Amino acid sequence: MTEPLLQIRDLEIAFKTQNGIVQAVRGVNLDLGAGETLAIVGESGSGKSTTATSIINLLPGTGHITGGSIRFDGRELTSLSRKEMENIRGREIGFVPQDPMSNLNPVWSIGFQVEEAVRANGIATGRKEVKKRAIEVLKEAGLADADRRMKQYPHQFSGGMRQRVLIGMGLAANPKLLIADEPTSALDVTVQRVILDHLESLTQELGTAVIFITHDLGLAAERAKHLVVMYKGRIVEAGPSVEILQNPQHPYTKRLVAAAPSLASRRIQSADAQLAELEVSTQTGTVDFDLVAAAAGRAELKAKQGPRPNAIEVDDVTKVFKIRQGSGRAVDFTAVDKMSFAVEKGTTTAIVGESGSGKSTIARMLLGLETITSGDIRVDGESLAGLDNKGLFKLRRKMQPVFQDPYGSLNPLQSIGNIIGEPLDVHKVGDSKSRRNRVNELLDQVSLPKAMFGRYPNELSGGQRQRVAIARALALKPEIIVLDEAVSALDVLVQAQVLQLLAELQEELELTYLFITHDLAVVRVIADNVCVMEQGKLVEAATTDEVFGNPKMEYTQRLLDAIPGSGIKMGL
Amino acid sequence: MSNNEYTPGPGHYVAPLEETPLAAVDAVNVDEKPSNLWRDAWQDLRGRISFWISSVLILLIVIVAIFPQLFSSVDPTKCDLQFSNQGPSEGHILGYTKLGCDVYSRIIHGTGTSVSVGLIVTVLVFGLGVIFGAIAGFYGGWVDSVLSRVGDIFFSIPYILAAIVVMSQFKAEDRNVWVISLAIGLFAWPSTARVLRAEIIRVKQADYITSAKSIGLSNFKILMRHVLPNSIAPVIVITTLSLAGAIVAEATLSYLGVGLPSTIMSWGNDIGAAQDNLRNSPMTLIYPSIALSITVLAFIMLGEAVRDALDPKARARR
Amino acid sequence: MARYIFFRLLQAIPVLLGTTLLIYFMVFAMPGDPILALFGDKTPTPAQLEALREQYHLNEPFIMQYLRFLGGIFVGDLGTTYSGQPVISVLQSTFPVTLRLALIALILETVFGIGLGLLSGLRKGGASDNIILAFSLLLISLPIFVIAFVLQYLLTFQTSIFRPTVGEGAPWGDLILPGIVLATASVAQIIRLTRTSVIETMGQDFVRTAYGKGLSRGRVIPVHILRNSLIPVVTYIGTDLGVMMVGATVTEGIFNVPGVGRTLFQAIKQSEGPTVVSFVTVMVLLYLILNLLIDLLYAVLDPRIRYVK
Repeated sequence: MTEPLLQIRDLEIAFKTQNGIVQAVRGVNLDLGAGETLAIVGESGSGKSTTATSIINLLPGTGHITGGSIRFDGRELTSLSRKEMENIRGREIGFVPQDPMSNLNPVWSIGFQVEEAVRANGIATGRKEVKKRAIEVLKEAGLADADRRMKQYPHQFSGGMRQRVLIGMGLAANPKLLIADEPTSALDVTVQRVILDHLESLTQELGTAVIFITHDLGLAAERAKHLVVMYKGRIVEAGPSVEILQNPQHPYTKRLVAAAPSLASRRIQSADAQLAELEVSTQTGTVDFDLVAAAAGRAELKAKQGPRPNAIEVDDVTKVFKIRQGSGRAVDFTAVDKMSFAVEKGTTTAIVGESGSGKSTIARMLLGLETITSGDIRVDGESLAGLDNKGLFKLRRKMQPVFQDPYGSLNPLQSIGNIIGEPLDVHKVGDSKSRRNRVNELLDQVSLPKAMFGRYPNELSGGQRQRVAIARALALKPEIIVLDEAVSALDVLVQAQVLQLLAELQEELELTYLFITHDLAVVRVIADNVCVMEQGKLVEAATTDEVFGNPKMEYTQRLLDAIPGSGIKMGL
Repeated sequence: MSNNEYTPGPGHYVAPLEETPLAAVDAVNVDEKPSNLWRDAWQDLRGRISFWISSVLILLIVIVAIFPQLFSSVDPTKCDLQFSNQGPSEGHILGYTKLGCDVYSRIIHGTGTSVSVGLIVTVLVFGLGVIFGAIAGFYGGWVDSVLSRVGDIFFSIPYILAAIVVMSQFKAEDRNVWVISLAIGLFAWPSTARVLRAEIIRVKQADYITSAKSIGLSNFKILMRHVLPNSIAPVIVITTLSLAGAIVAEATLSYLGVGLPSTIMSWGNDIGAAQDNLRNSPMTLIYPSIALSITVLAFIMLGEAVRDALDPKARARR
Repeated sequence: MARYIFFRLLQAIPVLLGTTLLIYFMVFAMPGDPILALFGDKTPTPAQLEALREQYHLNEPFIMQYLRFLGGIFVGDLGTTYSGQPVISVLQSTFPVTLRLALIALILETVFGIGLGLLSGLRKGGASDNIILAFSLLLISLPIFVIAFVLQYLLTFQTSIFRPTVGEGAPWGDLILPGIVLATASVAQIIRLTRTSVIETMGQDFVRTAYGKGLSRGRVIPVHILRNSLIPVVTYIGTDLGVMMVGATVTEGIFNVPGVGRTLFQAIKQSEGPTVVSFVTVMVLLYLILNLLIDLLYAVLDPRIRYVK
């Protein structure tokens, strides 16, 4: 039997911290044959990136391998000298990092950075040859006008193009193995898809083996034949992708499958959704939340109710920003262009779009944080345009936001109790005792223990902070909650949990949600209606079922296609 | 295929459950001690030797500054030329200056001058810096443009040079601790304002500020309740460090002869007066220099300890 | 780039006007009488006073005095010193000396500051890092005149390695010791800033990526780590030139270096108010011009600045 290209045995990795040694990876075994593709899936902190970067000894900070072996192409990598490892990197094992914004050196031109890689790996020598090869590398990576753009700097490139540069550099020396660490998570979905397709065809052409690291089970299954699921530094399940998705065995994998929005939206979409749901819930038994079930629940609820009055009416709204240029001239930029839609009471409308589509501007105008250039927004029939400060203050009781960044949305110097109670204080609701009671009630509503009252945001996880933000938004008993990418930064399981909480709260308190997101998959499980936006314009507005089942516009179709995992047969 | 040992290959491997028991998703840990930025910073400070050394030194310096009589019974102004530049003797452990004054006593009585100039300048710099920085950073727009340009102008004159000009307009007998502090403080504030302005602009972007706007909190209250408390940490650091800078500035000005008149005890004056005899009696110059350097060192050490405690990034650099 | 330079120059004009106006306003608004101050404890006759006021145009309104000065700058007239020499001719003889001194100090402080800072940052937590940190803390705590006197005493009076004062014509060799003194005032800050900056850069993603694409450590350290770490250091050196001006005044005074600083030093010692103002103004102008140059260098170092519209 021939030895596989990469063979990892009993790998142990530890980090030194102030509180002692922390074991990040325990007893990991992996095999990867030449030209094969393997995906490692897990949440943040699962050890997936640590495992992959340890192969080429690029562990961050104090991390180091404490046991086990990594054999690559007949050599033991863990015992290589620095010099020998430098020769492996790039030449034999390529690396594509996660965030295109921070992985290129801002002070050197793109050409310089590619040429540097070409030269270091001995692909070409001599100034002219190196330059020629660098241009080739960039062209292969999909930068058609590479020769023209060699002299430009990273900040003059878009995120997707930078990622292409990084992919080009990773593959420049035609390595036997490519480690791609979440190579597209920072990009817009449609760009993500194009780049991954390109990466796939490139590596297939070159016969490169790929280790693909991702948090998205759907994406992993779509891009790799083999899956490895990691949890708390260990491999909990491994095997053929399709089999794992169809028949997850380990309870953790079951949880992941149930919680992944991309998979859930697929399951809902499949004709026999009812059946699939039944199947999953009987299989999993202990699964504590299931997005499909949640979505089915809301559909049922909605069917019972019938038409309701509009909570929000957006009428021909335009927002123009003046962008000051260096020369002092102001240029108009239309962020939102003649947008109209309405949201019925007690329902959820999702506004979907990629970065720069103007979706957040709509939310900010609705919240009175941004003036409306023309058109009108009405909340409960009351026009925002004609509102004075006092009226706006009163309106704020009806409408509250929850923002994306769980680390930036709570004042780090305020206790949780004060954060949740602040709206009551500002609007002078009740006395201090009744406010305290209300805060406790709210903590209870978002399933946080009352002991949280005197604690501070930095002690909480991202999901818990988001629950605090929801509790604060609920404090004034509003009718409308504006959720601006409110679950986008969370890990899959936590995301599912928060989505579940939102669904329960909506049912219980008859809330109206305006859900701003870039992630169509999430929309499928939470929204009743969808507005698709592109570059400030409304592209398509319909019920969720219609948009997913029968998209009218090409752009919507592209977005749908870009949902990871849309290409796999779930067989459910 | 065994279920306990992962044999890589095409097979479907499932880890035994007991190996990685499933934890509740996003469980809340209520057992840990409550913490926040200031509490964490204090925890961190308490564990630093440099913090304790500098604090003890500063405490001692402040006590000496307030009660100099406790440390020296000799009158620093009672000088007798017959002792000029004499070495240490009984009751005069550090010897005499050129004019025959007691070196030790002059150092003890000079402490108050340095400490009070340091404090007055710091209060001035902090006050001006916070007002200018907060208004410019928070309100932005043309207010910011105007204030920032004013700050640029003050910033463009190195503050000791500016103080030299101001002080040289005063006759020696009109100069005192207040005048010199004003002269230094008036030009030292822009760096504090710049630091605060930058920090406020950063904090202003945070979602919790937008969230505060969304509940209808007034701008002024947002500034006082949310923005300032979250942007003040670097200002505290730079203020502590500027205290050391002010003490050096006073000593430099006094040394140059545009500082305090010789009737006021000042280390800078003493150093200036001793420079002509450096070759023959270096110690009359060295002793006040040591006092000055230790005081400056104490405040810089404190400032750096505070900075490291307040800035998690700096903590990682240690 | 040309655009950046143009706007940077445009921005400098109001600051230039503002600073000179501010200095003149300070002098004008101060309660003391500069002419009286000139005489120290002596009492001048009214005729003497009047003559001096005439000479320095002090009986004109403030704004006229200021405009006169401003106009003077353009024709190279910076006023006259107390002893009657035109400031500009004093500058002609003293400026080259100060420039030499400053050059020595700048070279010393950047070479040692960046070198030691880089070493310290790369070996974070190690013995050499701790020694360098302790050494720089000590240096920061020593005011420049203390350093000057200690070195003068140890290296000239005690061991005669250097000459205690600078000889005629200020040859390079004589400027080394004052240069060292001048450099020590800033070298510690540069060490610390470089260290901080290096440690921060080392943690950046692009450094990991540089290793990932197969570059050797010998390439990554200078090209990616040091190069990027220099940006804040250069900014610091710009603002630090102000400290250097004061440092030069003290150092040139102590070592008797016949430069601009010593002229100011002596003017201060002899309470020549108007001369002090003239020379401080000259230094501030110099500081502004040097800062402008530093800003341009900054743009060379950081393309993100260069391409701002």
